[in-house]
Amino acid sequence: MKMEIKSGSEAATALLSGEIDHHNAKELRSQLDKFIISVQPALLVMDFKNITFMDSSGIGLIMGRSKLIKECGGSLEVKNTQPYIRRVLRLSGIERIVKIT
Amino acid sequence: MEIINEIKFTMPSLSVNEASARAVVSSFLIQADPTVEELSDIRTAVSEAVTNAVVHGYRNTKGNVELTVKLLANREIYIRIKDRGCGISDVKQAMEPLFTTAPEEERSGLGFSVMESFMDILKVKSSVGKGTTVVMRKRLSPHEN
Repeated sequence: MKMEIKSGSEAATALLSGEIDHHNAKELRSQLDKFIISVQPALLVMDFKNITFMDSSGIGLIMGRSKLIKECGGSLEVKNTQPYIRRVLRLSGIERIVKIT
Repeated sequence: MEIINEIKFTMPSLSVNEASARAVVSSFLIQADPTVEELSDIRTAVSEAVTNAVVHGYRNTKGNVELTVKLLANREIYIRIKDRGCGISDVKQAMEPLFTTAPEEERSGLGFSVMESFMDILKVKSSVGKGTTVVMRKRLSPHEN
């Protein structure tokens, strides 16, 4: 599991690679929270282009980061989700809270 | 139902073994030539069940998680995930969407919902102090020769 965060003038992008499960989510959560708290981006985009697997642990990861970034005055988007990942996300109704494409 | 092939895999309740369980299931299912979507569904359901055993079954302890996968004659996949952990006092409540006893770990409470949605049949048996057994079945689409 790898993650690369790039800060732009309007948005920050976290490019995630690998599999998101309960085991990997802990490390991702820690890295993303550190970034959100220190940089406080207006918009953070989680790019799922290179995600090869995700179970419901990903829902908790997205929801938790969405809550934290809102508390810091910003917003979260998730992009490049593959169809099977959207099927997991749809079960949670998270698409009503976070923009997912 | 006639069993074509069967595999049993026992692993300690380490979170890293959530991926091990997915890998074992994926390797075993190659022989049945599932579609990408079927394989993804089964891998996801297995990941949820093993995570439940690690996070909830063995919350403050360690133990073994047993995974059994069978390929049946009608192209049905039978999967059993068994732990000997703390068990679930109210299975019906545990299976309600969004119910979780581990919000501090950001568990969404959707594990059973995912298993139910992605598999054809889900059965959960649990006994407090003895453990939990999850049985799931999914029929693969007819094989095209």
